[in-house]
Amino acid sequence: MKKLSLNQLLIPFLSIILGLLVGAIVMLIGGYDPVQGFISLFNGMFGSPYAIGETLRAAAPLIFSGLAVAFAFRTGLFNIGVEGQVLIGWVAAVYVGINFDLPMFIHLPLALLAAMLAAAIWAFVPGFLKAKFYVHEVITSIMMNYIALYTTNAILRNIIGVTNERTDSINESASLASPWLQELTTFSRLHWGVLVAVLAAIVYYYILQRTTLGYELRAVGFNKHASQYAGMSVNRNIVLSFVISGMFAGLAGAMEGLGTFGSMTLSASFTGVGFDGIAVALLGANTAIGVVLAAILFAGLNIGGLAMQLGANVPSELVKVIIAAIVIFVASGYAINYVIDKLKGNRKKGVEKK
Amino acid sequence: MMNKKKTILSALAAGLTLSTVLAACGGDDNEGGSSNGEGGGEGSDFKVAMVTDTGGVDDKSFNQSAWEGLTKFGEDNDLTENEGFKYLQSAKQADYQPNLQQLARDNFNLIYGIGFLMAEDVKKVADQFPDNNFAIVDMVVDAPNVASITFKEQEGSFLVGVIAGLSTTTDKVGFIGGVESDLIKKFENGFKAGVMAVNPDATIDVKYAEDFNSAEKGTAIASGMYGSGSDIIYHAAGGTGVGVFTEAKNRKKNGEDVWVIGVDRDQYEEGLPEDVTLTSMVKRVDTATYEVSKQTMDGEFPGGEIIEFGLKDEGVGIAETSDKHVSQDILDKVEEYRTQLVDGELTAPATDAEFEEFMKNVK
Amino acid sequence: MLNIRKEFGTFVANDNITLQLRKGEIHALLGENGAGKSTLMNVLFGLYQPEGGEIRVHGKKVDIENPNIANELGIGMVHQHFMLVEKFTVTENIILGLEPKSGVTIDRDTARKKVMEISEQYGLKIDPDAKIEDISVGMQQRVEILKTLYRGADILIFDEPTAVLTPQEIQELIQIMKRLIAEGKSIILITHKLKEIMQVADRCTVIRRGRYIGTVEVDETVNEDSLAEMMVGREVNFAAEYSKADPQQVVLDVQGLVVKDSRGLKVVEGLDLQIRAGEVLGIAGIDGNGQTELIESISGLKKPESGKVLLNGKDVTGHTPRKMTEAGIGHIPQDRHKHGLVLDYSIRDNMVLQTYYKEPFSKRGLMNYKAVAEKAKALIEKFDVRTPSIDVAARALSGGNQQKAIIAREVDRSPDLLIAAQPTRGLDVGAIEFIHEQLIKEREKGRAVLLISFELDEILHVSDRIAVLYEGKIVGIRDPKETTEQELGFLMAGGQRGDETE
Repeated sequence: MKKLSLNQLLIPFLSIILGLLVGAIVMLIGGYDPVQGFISLFNGMFGSPYAIGETLRAAAPLIFSGLAVAFAFRTGLFNIGVEGQVLIGWVAAVYVGINFDLPMFIHLPLALLAAMLAAAIWAFVPGFLKAKFYVHEVITSIMMNYIALYTTNAILRNIIGVTNERTDSINESASLASPWLQELTTFSRLHWGVLVAVLAAIVYYYILQRTTLGYELRAVGFNKHASQYAGMSVNRNIVLSFVISGMFAGLAGAMEGLGTFGSMTLSASFTGVGFDGIAVALLGANTAIGVVLAAILFAGLNIGGLAMQLGANVPSELVKVIIAAIVIFVASGYAINYVIDKLKGNRKKGVEKK
Repeated sequence: MMNKKKTILSALAAGLTLSTVLAACGGDDNEGGSSNGEGGGEGSDFKVAMVTDTGGVDDKSFNQSAWEGLTKFGEDNDLTENEGFKYLQSAKQADYQPNLQQLARDNFNLIYGIGFLMAEDVKKVADQFPDNNFAIVDMVVDAPNVASITFKEQEGSFLVGVIAGLSTTTDKVGFIGGVESDLIKKFENGFKAGVMAVNPDATIDVKYAEDFNSAEKGTAIASGMYGSGSDIIYHAAGGTGVGVFTEAKNRKKNGEDVWVIGVDRDQYEEGLPEDVTLTSMVKRVDTATYEVSKQTMDGEFPGGEIIEFGLKDEGVGIAETSDKHVSQDILDKVEEYRTQLVDGELTAPATDAEFEEFMKNVK
Repeated sequence: MLNIRKEFGTFVANDNITLQLRKGEIHALLGENGAGKSTLMNVLFGLYQPEGGEIRVHGKKVDIENPNIANELGIGMVHQHFMLVEKFTVTENIILGLEPKSGVTIDRDTARKKVMEISEQYGLKIDPDAKIEDISVGMQQRVEILKTLYRGADILIFDEPTAVLTPQEIQELIQIMKRLIAEGKSIILITHKLKEIMQVADRCTVIRRGRYIGTVEVDETVNEDSLAEMMVGREVNFAAEYSKADPQQVVLDVQGLVVKDSRGLKVVEGLDLQIRAGEVLGIAGIDGNGQTELIESISGLKKPESGKVLLNGKDVTGHTPRKMTEAGIGHIPQDRHKHGLVLDYSIRDNMVLQTYYKEPFSKRGLMNYKAVAEKAKALIEKFDVRTPSIDVAARALSGGNQQKAIIAREVDRSPDLLIAAQPTRGLDVGAIEFIHEQLIKEREKGRAVLLISFELDEILHVSDRIAVLYEGKIVGIRDPKETTEQELGFLMAGGQRGDETE
């Protein structure tokens, strides 16, 4: 992997610090004690085995959705459709989880595979439309989100046969849940999905940095014109990139369907996992390790936010402010860079004047 | 969000010191001590809390109602907010379990899960914390330390159905449900039965928004129903119902004579200023949370029991403001049916099958 | 402008540069790309603020904080990339921002009259009612000049004005510039073309790497070589004579090629062309006469409507770029940033852009970056690509070194046909020399080289045969030894047709 330059690291870290600072200011304005707020926030994130367990549990789907967004980013595409692909992956995993009765070593991989394939097919659509008809992927993938939302509801109602808003629980042979992990973390919902997610991050790195396909995908991502001149098929890469991105997204859904909930609920609104993936990819600078760390941070903030309600009576929405602020600071990384340059420049000038 | 903020700010204004177990862990010993002293001064260390579903504590519906019950209970017993009684907000379904667990860890004596979606989480956490007491609203959870609170929504819905059936001038009324489920079916079937009991010629337009939090969908469906001739709509759709009110108000402004029947709480105010609320089917979640809290504090926690609140217990009913728009004749009729239901002479149908059975008898 | 200093961060773009423009002279500002010419002019035009030095106009010290002040001081700039509104007429463009008004409406008649007055005064003939999109590039440039004159400019800065013009248009421009100084204007001419300086400039200021080298009178005592030496800092073998070609069998045979551009217009219309092994065929022509589409269809990027492309006798019409590459075509694209390199890739990764999927770079779907690195190291050494290491992003290299890297990559595959599209655009004299040598070297190895350039000098200098492209057809083939710039320019402008004998 390329060595990260100081600036590449500086921007995310500075953004996190500035984001927390914004959170502190908001707390002060709201009349809360930021010190107490942050103590209970951090305790809620990492302060106990339970907190760590819940943070990691919440991180698993975010790692996947972050990888999905990042993968497309790296190949020059913006997959906003991760949200819809998550839903499709979720419903596919739950369908297999409920309707089959197989030994675990077949059932669980089958359910994961189903999630991957279903979401990949879903992601294929915007990829194909872009490659074939030059329809912008942002538009199609957003629309596919809505189609996914209502399609999953229809599937839950009509195919899985939900009568009470929620499906039955999946068979244990398809479950990622682990009583051992739960006990270890005093009843968090930590499940094996976290390991699958870390494994996926390694696969992500491997595909992009080590395989010939990855070389090609990245080249197209950086400069599709030059890649086309060099003989690569840009269209094939667009479709492939979307399909692979969709697979990661589908697994994010499987984390919820086979891990956290073991079921799926009829929902009229999006899970947010896919959209959060955009923020995760952004903060993680589209690198494997960055995505994992960013996912853990965002997951931790969300979980810690719940503890903050109890520990400091600060509304959990505050962490949304912090997360949003971090994302804004990262996104305006150029601005931060500019300030850094300016400071450096001024310092130099000052020295010269002396 | 605003309301929530207000609640917390008002708590602050009341001069409470914010101090918590976690803060004490952080090394803030002084405050922890003083607050303990304060708590002791109240003469009670009973702690009760609830976890909202994703609707939040200001949903103008059963979360809010449940919190009102707890607030009243707290005030009546000199408990302080955040200390003696408290709510935790859930932004996502995934938050239910950690919220319940947190409260259990923090040794709250009684912990409510509001809404049937929390059933599995309550069950799980109740197993993990056998020494804590839990209660679930709108669902039955089978565990020795869980009290299941349910309502006979079909009875209250039957009564508003009677009002709708007698008040409609078009012989056409509508029902808008949130998400189709056994629970909302109780509202639907009770309502239909009430309408049919008094007005067998009426048609009832039933639609589900498949969403509890979409005002836009509520507006769209209501627009369709009013447009096709219904003049009264009963909604059991939470936040989606807000859109039903919006549509009704707009039509009323244009001179149309349309009405909404509210749900869960007395929604008279939601109908203002155009005044479109005909009546409301009141579901006294607040009574339930108050009652169960009181029993628990008195050492009579109904663990493992199913507590059903119906007309008889005044757990459901029609809103007090009903007399504003409903004539005394109709209210007398309602009272007639109420007596029959309470006495068991008549049973309001809860499921589709029961409704069909009911219809046979009507004919 | 005295002792101007401009820094960007730690980089000093202008270091103590002095340029004194006398009234009524044409003063050339000479320097290689990146020497700091544009920076200096942007300081003068108020776009940048200098860190040191001062600017005086008519002896008075001035502070040019923004272009408006520059305008007020009578400084006007004729930009290299015209700042014109395509859909507006000539008059509308000229008066834009300074419209004569009658009430709230624009007084078109007055505007038109005033434009015509200035146009006649300076001998800049234009059609005031034509739309910009309908007039030639040379005319557009006149509009740019008129714009500055309309705003009352006394000092005109011409930024590389001849880059887009035909030889005839260049001659006309030179006349216009002379007329302007006769009318009392002063001109700063930014250029790196020595010939133009010799032709029109009275004096010439040379800068190199941000430093002031000197100002010389352009008279009998200086020649192109001495100016080039000042500019580059060493002696330049400016007009190396290359050996005679020895053409062999036909490598590329293009027959009746018809290609549409992205808008669906036929821009190559029945083009025939043959290139033999061991020769450099230069294609002369003004931009937009079908060069791009010709290259794209030969390299497989665009499917031709009709016609045939034969490579070594085999029909490869409409094959994909990869098949074309494998069939033996190397391509140095005209836009090296957009088409030649993946700028964010390291030099290492750029070196296998066409061959990454082949052994030894790729085995069983996995990249062997060690082999790639070895290849890259060998190539940058052989072609003298100056880079701190092979892991540096291609973006970080200078234009010349980027182009060297591309050439290294393309030549290394030993293609039978090497397409070089504007291979020296924007490069300095030293790099140009190197690249020309490489093209000749390939020719000598028996490859066919197709050179496309808008610089007639380059075409004349390197080619063994020159084919003139006009409106999608080859309108004439000339021997560089026997033709003149005037003749080629005439052909390029569509002056003569039908002479297609070899």
